[in-house]
Amino acid sequence: MTQGAHSFSVERGLNAWREEIDAPVAAFFSSCVHCGLCAQACPFFVETGDPKYTPIHKLEPMRLLWEQEFTLWGKLKKTVKDRVDAQLGRAPKPLITDEMLEEWEPLLYDSCSMCGRCSMVCPVGNDIHYMIRKAREGMVASGHSPEGLVAASVRAVNTGSPMGLQWKTLDVQIKHVETATGLEVPIDKQGAEYLVLLSSMEIINFPEYLEAITKIFDHAGVSWTLSKTCFEATNAGIQIGSKDIAATLVQRVVDAAEQLQVKNVISPECGHAYTAIRWEGPNAIKRAYPFKVYHIIEVLDQLRADGRIKTEGKEMDRLSMHDPCNLARKSGVVQQQRSLMDLVASNFVDLKEHGEFQWCCGAGGGVSSNERAEPLKLAAFKRKKAQIEEVEPERMVTMCATCRTQLEEGLEEFNMDIPVVGLTEIIADHLVEKEVENKKAEES
Amino acid sequence: MTPMDFLLLTKGPLFSLAIAIFALGILIRLFEIFALGRAHNYAAARGNEVIPGLKTMYRRFNPDPGTFKRSTFDVVVGTLWHVGFVIALLMFIPHIELIKSTLGVSWPGLPNPVVDAVTAITLLGLVAVLIHRLTHPVKRFLSTPQDYLIWAVTFLPVLTGYLAYHRLINPYPLALGLHIFTVEIFLIVLPFTKLTHIFTAFVARYYNGAIFGRKGIQS
Ligand code: HEM
Ligand code: SF4
Ligand code: SF4
Repeated sequence: MTQGAHSFSVERGLNAWREEIDAPVAAFFSSCVHCGLCAQACPFFVETGDPKYTPIHKLEPMRLLWEQEFTLWGKLKKTVKDRVDAQLGRAPKPLITDEMLEEWEPLLYDSCSMCGRCSMVCPVGNDIHYMIRKAREGMVASGHSPEGLVAASVRAVNTGSPMGLQWKTLDVQIKHVETATGLEVPIDKQGAEYLVLLSSMEIINFPEYLEAITKIFDHAGVSWTLSKTCFEATNAGIQIGSKDIAATLVQRVVDAAEQLQVKNVISPECGHAYTAIRWEGPNAIKRAYPFKVYHIIEVLDQLRADGRIKTEGKEMDRLSMHDPCNLARKSGVVQQQRSLMDLVASNFVDLKEHGEFQWCCGAGGGVSSNERAEPLKLAAFKRKKAQIEEVEPERMVTMCATCRTQLEEGLEEFNMDIPVVGLTEIIADHLVEKEVENKKAEES
Repeated sequence: MTPMDFLLLTKGPLFSLAIAIFALGILIRLFEIFALGRAHNYAAARGNEVIPGLKTMYRRFNPDPGTFKRSTFDVVVGTLWHVGFVIALLMFIPHIELIKSTLGVSWPGLPNPVVDAVTAITLLGLVAVLIHRLTHPVKRFLSTPQDYLIWAVTFLPVLTGYLAYHRLINPYPLALGLHIFTVEIFLIVLPFTKLTHIFTAFVARYYNGAIFGRKGIQS
């Protein structure tokens, strides 16, 4: 990203694809029967009705390359074509051109939040979002990725945060939390059990989160720490599709965790950050971690199961929940958030399609960092809106700062008065006060 | 060439050729896929790969309720004609006898009138999916000549089989010869087109189930 534009070329893009095409990709391309069912699974198609947003169509350039170079039939066709061209003395037409990639850039970025819903639905079993992730590698290498994502990646590499946020901003917030709670926010504590990461979006939009975990961890007696050298959990390299940038950013987390010798790393209320560190990170740096990675919701649910979180009172209004794609469908965390809701909500209702079949909010996969995608992002949100209207909740709960921002903005756009809250905060609001707890223990 | 010569040609050398191209072609296609392999995955697994992979292989026959609702026609008619095709292929007594004489295995067939009815349904189903492909905005948009080609080479053996059974083409050796000939076209075209999905769909489903299964989701 920091190199000049001259180092990007179609050929480099194709090379990246050649590297990415593996047995699953070949099996998927071999199997697609153009039935179109994946379109019905994609919020970007469903809410625009434009067939060009059919998930498998977003991969057409990569499919062309696969067919020409990875199948016997394709190779034969190419040989014949080349012969004919040579006979007629004309230059062979390139299979994939710059113009083609330019046309596909909005399809692979603006109209795909990498939600993975298409992959659950394709009747022949194509994991389409697995291929979209791979296709983006070639788009970056060929110089066809959205400006907004390029800028976020550059900021992430240069400043440590995709939004250019610095430690001193976080430090001010830490001071606020400490004053408000009377508790210490541990920084650079060697040998802590958990290293807590945050996302810039969360620090800016939802300072409540840091306060909430400070309270909960104090309540449950968890040893944790922040790291001054690395507080950012998100990975712009994974969103844009650059393994090199991804590895650089993941390495910072690994270095911080190893330096502090923590046993576990906690991803914040951010679905993307979780999949980035949990699933992609080790493959970006090509080694297994010496620590475990959890989403905050997994940690809270484990504390709940161990009886370390004591709550009192329940929310009385009608609550529903948005499962972040990255957390539920793409990471298998579905039951945990529901067990936690049971703890604090008396009137909870699930959206009709939830868990692994939930619908994306429309903002993931880098869509929210890509200004050009704004209209599509809002269009895709209409699917979520329809789901919310079906169950008529008074408030929505979620556990991802990007989803939460998108839900808030979307609901406001459509004049729907439904506040959105983070699950961690709700839990923090219902903790039994320590003094009360001690008194109870003395009495009994 | 008399109809009888034609029948002998299709039953003899052409049939062997078609079977050879089909078998070798499919082996090459599968080899091309598996030879690419998969990169080592360093992320700690949440779940198993193999069992969810195998489960997804059959689960995709039975779509989730939302997909069923949004794509009822595709699911119902698609399943109907596929099942019909397989029944006509494997449960028609003359087909079973052919398999018995070449491979030595056999099983009980269905009465001819039943297979006849199933074949008629299959033909109607195939016509319906063609009309759907020509009219549905997404399918139309996605479709390439190959999609129509594979439809035709699938439709023709069923059609000629039906016509031969009802003696609607005469003389009979010509009818049977045409049926076998269209089957040969089907077999030869199969490995070079998306008809390979007959085999690779199971590979794709396995990988899909394994990739999700590793992360703790049954896809
Ligand atoms: C018996 C041999 C088979 C033949 C001759 C065959 C042929 C075809 C053809 C021609 C189509 C395209 C129909 C259209 O134009 O819409 C098709 C679609 C399809 N095939 Fe097969 N197929 C076979 C086996 C299978 C198997 C074993 C699977 C699953 C593992 C499968 C899954 C599908 C699916 C999901 C579709 C899309 C259906 C739709 O459009 O609604 N097929 N097949
Ligand atoms: S649902 Fe699967 S088989 Fe159907 S068009 Fe999409 S990728 Fe192809
Ligand atoms: S991953 Fe989600 S947004 Fe992307 S193509 Fe598939 S369904 Fe659409």
